[in-house]
Amino acid sequence: MSAVLEIEGLRKTYRSRKRGVRHALDGFDMQVEAGQVHGFLGPNGSGKTTTLRTLLGLIQPNGGRMAILGQELPRALPAVAGSVGAIVESPQFFPHFSARDTLGLLARAGELPARRVDEVLELVGLRDRAGERVKTYSLGMKQRLAVASALLKNPKLLILDEPANGLDPGGIREMRRLMRELAESGMTVVLSSHILGEIQLICDSVTIISLGRRVAYGPVDEVLAAHSQNAVRVRLEAVTDLPQAAETLTRSGIRVAATEADHLMLAGVDKPAVVSRLLAEQGLYVSELTPVAVDLESVFLELTATAPVPGQHRQVDQSAKVDQTGTAGGWGA
Amino acid sequence: MSLFVTELRRLAKRRLTRLLLVLLLVGLATVATAFSFSSHKLSPAAVAAAQAESDAQYRQSVQDWKRTVADCEAAQARGEQTEERFGPNCGKDYQPQPDMFDPKWNLPYQFDFRAEFPTFIAVFAGAVALFAFIVGASFVGAEWNTGGMMNLLLWRPRRLAVLGTKLAALLTTVLGVGVVLGALWTAAFWLIGTSRGTTAKMTAGAWRSIGLDGLRALALVLVVGAVAFALASLGRHTAMALGAAVALFAISEVGIRIAVGVLSVPFGDRYVLSTYAQSWFLKQAELFDYDTCEFARGACEPARYVVTWQQSALVFGIGAVAALVAAFWTMRRRDIS
Ligand SMILES: Nc1ncnc2c1ncn2[C@@H]1O[C@H](COP(=O)(O)OP(=O)(O)OP(=O)(O)O)[C@@H](O)[C@H]1O
Ligand SMILES: [Mg+2]
Repeated sequence: MSAVLEIEGLRKTYRSRKRGVRHALDGFDMQVEAGQVHGFLGPNGSGKTTTLRTLLGLIQPNGGRMAILGQELPRALPAVAGSVGAIVESPQFFPHFSARDTLGLLARAGELPARRVDEVLELVGLRDRAGERVKTYSLGMKQRLAVASALLKNPKLLILDEPANGLDPGGIREMRRLMRELAESGMTVVLSSHILGEIQLICDSVTIISLGRRVAYGPVDEVLAAHSQNAVRVRLEAVTDLPQAAETLTRSGIRVAATEADHLMLAGVDKPAVVSRLLAEQGLYVSELTPVAVDLESVFLELTATAPVPGQHRQVDQSAKVDQTGTAGGWGA
Repeated sequence: MSLFVTELRRLAKRRLTRLLLVLLLVGLATVATAFSFSSHKLSPAAVAAAQAESDAQYRQSVQDWKRTVADCEAAQARGEQTEERFGPNCGKDYQPQPDMFDPKWNLPYQFDFRAEFPTFIAVFAGAVALFAFIVGASFVGAEWNTGGMMNLLLWRPRRLAVLGTKLAALLTTVLGVGVVLGALWTAAFWLIGTSRGTTAKMTAGAWRSIGLDGLRALALVLVVGAVAFALASLGRHTAMALGAAVALFAISEVGIRIAVGVLSVPFGDRYVLSTYAQSWFLKQAELFDYDTCEFARGACEPARYVVTWQQSALVFGIGAVAALVAAFWTMRRRDIS
């Protein structure tokens, strides 16, 4: 398989006189194979949108290399633009034009037949409202219009930044089906989203970014397997004993991944029996001890170190930083 | 080419463009109609009557003058003091002259196409320039601030070409509107001239002069449109151009006026923008410096400074080029979000 999208060592630095330097992208790498649905994940402010904007030529990178369909960007952008459909984070449209006018003008600028406009309107379910002004649309309807504008070119590479934002459950499911169909028809889809259940369902592979650097990538099942950390859920007879249990286990070298209201999540447990024994020694009796199948969400939280910790309010930019070349992310670094 | 046509359509589809076009049409039609009522065609009979009337007035006033002089002399003969009542020398030096009784003053106003249409070209240019400014600024300003520009760049990544095409579409539209409305405007005033005024002495030379006035008016309108476009694109917002225009007006027409007044700079108005607009339309603007006169010594020719239309062209040209270069330069590299 050939790479449709390649990014190597991409850097984007924002400088502000007041706050110093921020490395939004700090040597970021990414590869997407042809015909895949690729999930692009990362905490808020980790650089997803920055990556996609850079790729689309909307912002200038400070370094690194990008290629789409084997063509080097940004030099070849005019040549590949016709094969790349994209929506970038909360897309906006001129509010006084109707959806049909909006798409019609884009189609005209891209020298596409006018009939294509009605096809995509049908595809995203806006057919009957296409004559109304965009101003009057709901959030989800605007999002559907955005997806329609990205599909208009019938692109080889489809880039969607949070396309599910504002979609209703039916719409999300429909979007999921649409992605699959598009991928089957040979289109490559890059999808950024925070709905990890969704990503796990539709994506073949993922890239996870944190503070402008890649922290994990590969086919979904490989990423899951590599990070299936023998997670175990523990419930006690008395909920009030949970803090004590957590302390006991931590002292014995078992990692408590999360302390919930009524249970603990443990990680890296080879033999669940050990847990049971350790707690029983302290007079804490286990009412449930279940190995948990790892899901993308917990892998994501672990890799990015963004799982909520009781009593703490995690701030944006507090996430995992992988070491690479020495430059660090965040303000003032 | 497809992009150019698209942008023309986008501009024409905009409600603001349509609304302003209607307002412009209604405004110009109102001015022309109202003006046509103030002009009255003068028949030869009316002219003759007016001539007779002013002749009569002349004779009457000569008679009055003679009687006054006679009264004065009679008083002097009685040995009275007359200086106060009749002025020196009994007012003999003030005999009424025929040219003080122009028959025109006894006639209603008549529009003279040749003499007065150039003023109406300036009025027209002002209205169309306002149209060009608002449409030009909002065409690109609204695109920037509603994300339309970003959407378009996803399709057409050559930024300078996109901005240039938008500008070309704007200028083409403004030019089209200017030419069509300008033709209608000329026709309307020609009609007023023939039906309620006079179109006498319209030689080929007079027409050429009016044609040149029209061309200069169109050029100014295009420059205004381009500058508005550039400013709104620079600021990525329509309001930016409006704000800049208000600021420029305040600085030039108020600030500089006050400053040159306080510093008593000779010919201070040569630093004021409206002087250049004036000279652009009238081919030159004359400034006088009355400070050079000592009126105590009698009448005086004040020092004169002339701003030519070529100088205006230079000032407006440099302004427009600077704004456009800045707009295109920032477009080339700016981050778009
Ligand atoms: N114009 C800008 N000036 C300064 N910093 C910026 C600018 N744009 C983005 N950033 C910073 O770059 C970082 C990456 O932002 P980005 O929008 O790419 O995040 P993201 O991964 O898309 O987040 P989210 O999930 O919230 O959409 C953030 O820290 C952000 O504050
Ligand atoms: Mg984002």
